[in-house]
Amino acid sequence: MKPVPLATPDTQAWLDRIDAGELTVPRCTACASFFLYPRSSCPRCGARTVELVPAAGTGVLLSFVVNHRAPAGFEAPYALGVVALAEGPHLTGVVRTDRPELLEVDAPVRVAFEERGERRVVCFDLEEATA
Amino acid sequence: MSLRGAIAIVGAAESTDLGKIPDKSALELHVDAALNALADCGLTPADIDGVASAGELPNDVADYLGIVPEYLDGTNVGGSSYMLHVRHAMAAISAGLCETVLVTHGESGRSRIGMTPWAPAPQSLMAQLEVPHGPVGAPSLFPIGVRRYMAQYGMTREQLALVPVVQRQWAAMNPRAKLRDPITVEDVFASPVIADPVHLLHCCLVTDGGGALVLTSAERARSLDLPNPPVYVLGAGESSESSVVSGLESLTSSRAIRLGGERALAQSGVAHADVDHLMIYDAFAHVPIYGLEDLGFVGRGEAPAFIEDGHTAPGGSLPMNTNGGGLSYTHTGMYGMFAIQESVRQVRGTAPAQVDGVDISVCTGVGGMFMSSGTLVLGSAATL
Repeated sequence: MKPVPLATPDTQAWLDRIDAGELTVPRCTACASFFLYPRSSCPRCGARTVELVPAAGTGVLLSFVVNHRAPAGFEAPYALGVVALAEGPHLTGVVRTDRPELLEVDAPVRVAFEERGERRVVCFDLEEATA
Repeated sequence: MSLRGAIAIVGAAESTDLGKIPDKSALELHVDAALNALADCGLTPADIDGVASAGELPNDVADYLGIVPEYLDGTNVGGSSYMLHVRHAMAAISAGLCETVLVTHGESGRSRIGMTPWAPAPQSLMAQLEVPHGPVGAPSLFPIGVRRYMAQYGMTREQLALVPVVQRQWAAMNPRAKLRDPITVEDVFASPVIADPVHLLHCCLVTDGGGALVLTSAERARSLDLPNPPVYVLGAGESSESSVVSGLESLTSSRAIRLGGERALAQSGVAHADVDHLMIYDAFAHVPIYGLEDLGFVGRGEAPAFIEDGHTAPGGSLPMNTNGGGLSYTHTGMYGMFAIQESVRQVRGTAPAQVDGVDISVCTGVGGMFMSSGTLVLGSAATL
């Protein structure tokens, strides 16, 4: 069974929205900066007022490895990457593709969700594959 | 007040054995190294009034050795912790909080004797943000930026493979190194793929071992009858950033190395051209590449060619990771202590693969996956 995140109070709302099939990006209501990971105060100005803004759902693959070893539940090879979301902050996730060896950095990607029982985990599809 | 040269490393030693040590717990490895370091400077536990350690708690190390400490530093930011311990001891000793500090490392990384089983806490940032996506631990996450680096600067797979190849050349001269047989770029490519572009030979060892340092003021060092010359701390710096790779400012550079290095070099007043010897924590092959650039020894994107041209190899202009590094010498888990040990040996002139005329050595540690870094500039008496 693939692992699912176990929330803390400061990540609960963000993970609940993912479970509902929606990626959001935390934004400070005081200085308007976006950030990830989710937290209860702004890492730029320290304000404690944070809102979750629905993400555009697009991004760019900054970099990745192709795992040839896999933890339980995963089937190698698969691409694990860091994506820069359109809003700016970065997220780690699997890039779903049959040909991970053909992936290139800066590939446009779209946010997707992998269902894991009652939960969902963010992953990414190549933009051209979903067009 | 400048603390340049204010304190000295008077004792330095590793555990009696390295590699596979199934008859010692992690705490015993701290103690074994500590007793060796005390013997190295002719002191006893009764001479120590400050203890710093990571992995095991400094109070446990102190109690095991019968030390009654008046200064404790349990800073644990991963493999660079020991660089930070030295920097904090520099401040504490200079401020008169304590006189003589023992810094210890010990890890039963391979045999796992007396170790807490390693796993990210279920609600840690790593467990929430990374583990659900199937990383194979550090080999997937630490080098995740390497492909971007290759795309941005044109580094080839051959150049990345040269990092372990060159370090094996150093290890071949070091009887205590775990892996000593020469390897080629082809050998690296033929080793199992772990997380492409990372092969097994791009990854560090997993071993048992320990190391310890004894630090005191330069003034007290002069009053002691020391069997070995003191090695002076000319500068030190530290910094940190995100413990998850998606939170790092850049995937092709380490902000923590850059800021810690700038601070250390500025305090030391040492110019890059005056550095005789360099240690950069090499948990994976790309880390020394990033480090050479983030410390300012070469420009952006220039490190792969610098290594390829032999500058860091035996006989090169900037000998680096001369013990063989985490890739070939030893890597218990938090390797930073072993990098410091090699810098001390090189400045003392006692390293197995001794470089001629080392007066200044720079030593950089990294914790986590670029989540922390500490840099020390160490010098002989001639540099004061």
